[in-house]
Amino acid sequence: MFGATLLLAMRQIRRHLLRSSLTTIGIIIGVAAVITMVTLGKGLTAQIQKQIASLGSDVLIAFPQETDQNRQPRPFKQDDVIAVRQQLAGVRSVAGEVNQNVQAFHNGQNWSSKVEGVSDAFMDARGIGMDQGRRFTPAEEEAGANVCIIGPKVLQEIFVAGISPLGEQVRLNDVSCTVIGVFASRAQGGNNQDDDNSVFMPLKNVQRRFTGADTIGYIVISYDPAYSSATIQQSLIDLLRERHHLQSGQPNDFNIIDSAALNDTVSSVVARLTMAVAAIAGISLLVGGVGIMNIMLVSVTERTREIGIRLAIGALAREVRLQFLTEAVVLCCFGGLIGIFLALGISFGLAKAIDVPFIFDPFVNALSFVFSAMMGIIFGYYPARRASRLDPIEALRHE
Amino acid sequence: MTGESLIELEGITKTYGQGTAAFQALKGVDLSIAQGEFAAIMGASGSGKSTMMNILGCLDTPTSGTYRFKGVEVQAMSKDQRSLLRRRYLGFVFQGFNLLARTSALENVELPLLYRGEQKALRREAAMKALDLVGLGPWADHTPAELSGGQQQRVAIARALVTEPEVLLADEPTGNLDSERSIEIMELLSQLNRDGISILLVTHEAEMAAYAGTIVYFRDGLIERFERGHRNGARVTA
Repeated sequence: MFGATLLLAMRQIRRHLLRSSLTTIGIIIGVAAVITMVTLGKGLTAQIQKQIASLGSDVLIAFPQETDQNRQPRPFKQDDVIAVRQQLAGVRSVAGEVNQNVQAFHNGQNWSSKVEGVSDAFMDARGIGMDQGRRFTPAEEEAGANVCIIGPKVLQEIFVAGISPLGEQVRLNDVSCTVIGVFASRAQGGNNQDDDNSVFMPLKNVQRRFTGADTIGYIVISYDPAYSSATIQQSLIDLLRERHHLQSGQPNDFNIIDSAALNDTVSSVVARLTMAVAAIAGISLLVGGVGIMNIMLVSVTERTREIGIRLAIGALAREVRLQFLTEAVVLCCFGGLIGIFLALGISFGLAKAIDVPFIFDPFVNALSFVFSAMMGIIFGYYPARRASRLDPIEALRHE
Repeated sequence: MTGESLIELEGITKTYGQGTAAFQALKGVDLSIAQGEFAAIMGASGSGKSTMMNILGCLDTPTSGTYRFKGVEVQAMSKDQRSLLRRRYLGFVFQGFNLLARTSALENVELPLLYRGEQKALRREAAMKALDLVGLGPWADHTPAELSGGQQQRVAIARALVTEPEVLLADEPTGNLDSERSIEIMELLSQLNRDGISILLVTHEAEMAAYAGTIVYFRDGLIERFERGHRNGARVTA
């Protein structure tokens, strides 16, 4: 009986192929939108997690932050870095960084880049490796020598391919320096190319020749994982407050980012955002469901006579109801299936376009399919009930 | 030929609408139809014969009175119970044929068996048998649109017969047919009656009613008179 009902539903849908297809588009778009949003959200989360991981694990970053509009935050200085290194337990390496956008010139070529004032410790703290050449020596750091380590992006853009840049001169704005190394790509997440488009110089040199101040942008601290992040953070806060002469009750004029905590925060924000967008996309699924209901009502009216015949020859109300319900569910299932395939294509393409990894989630796809089938039940129920409640005599008289 | 009482009506009334707009289509009908009888209900339009047919066919319930089908009171039954009764014991033939469009004759005939939950092979076999009986075996694959009116009505009769019902209710079965086709249909019904099926025929044409063993004349919601036909020698009591 159910097999026959299913066959009948298929036949009805085929009989009104154009109408069925147009009606199903609502469900198709709804399902495709929900799956696409969730898939992209997953890809985005994975990418952000990778980028945060590229900060390095067990890393804290401290940077100045305004406490209120009238007071500028007190910037960090090299003294702060030294104090952290000397006074904080569990610290492996600590370094300051300051950066500025510059134009890099070499061999008649010109490239927008960024100069970063760093130290050897910075490379350790951020876990940056070397592709070619060497790192800064203590003497170079102390003297603020005109040496630099270029990023792979800079190498690619303005140096001659295949020939070692070591010993070459590169000019940053008005400052010439000698290339002593090329650092390894920091880009682990996919599109954070900016981190590779950078030129490292000794911190002192950047302060003197570019920023013109003895302040640093942020302090990066890598710590021994045997210490808890919270403990290190607390002692860091205490130390910095003391050095900034903050009274108790005054808010911190700096902020500390913990890579692990950041990971959690960003992931949960992206997850919530994904949910919100998917919910909005779900509304189109709802609209699709209303479309199904509409066409089913039309179908019931059109087939009133048929319903009358079926009732007259002894069909039960629930059998008529099942017939129309099956039709709505089959319609929605088709829509769901096509929607899944559409979503596969769209999310794959979009993931490529916005450069996030494509992550296929079978659970979300299955859930969307089940959900679309449920739409068939929910929105098919009223028309089906209406069909089953027809009076056979009235229905038979219907023209 | 005729047996014990199949249908018994006592004081059947049917009122449509309420209050001042109320219209009494049946005003107290007593009727008894025996097993194996061929009865025709005649009357002008508005005489109540269609209402009578709907009630006899368990498609409608009387406002008051008692309707016993094989001794069971129908007026107290639920909609679904009446559906089950129709499914098991009744076959319908309508004036407008009422076949499913764009569905082959065979599948139309199979339909009642589908609701009976019969297996596909059995449905096929029984439907083919019924189509052969009405002489439409070779047309099994044709849709109603590809058949003449007379052929469509034969398909409808085959559909009514396929469940081997006890009663075949025919509501103006020849109303849409020319006289030649009408005679064919009436001959077919007579043959079926001789084979043992009780037939209730509603018609306004005397020539068609003449095929019945008993003619019940309706007028203004009441039975005006009975007339015993001579073809079948059927018997009616009231």
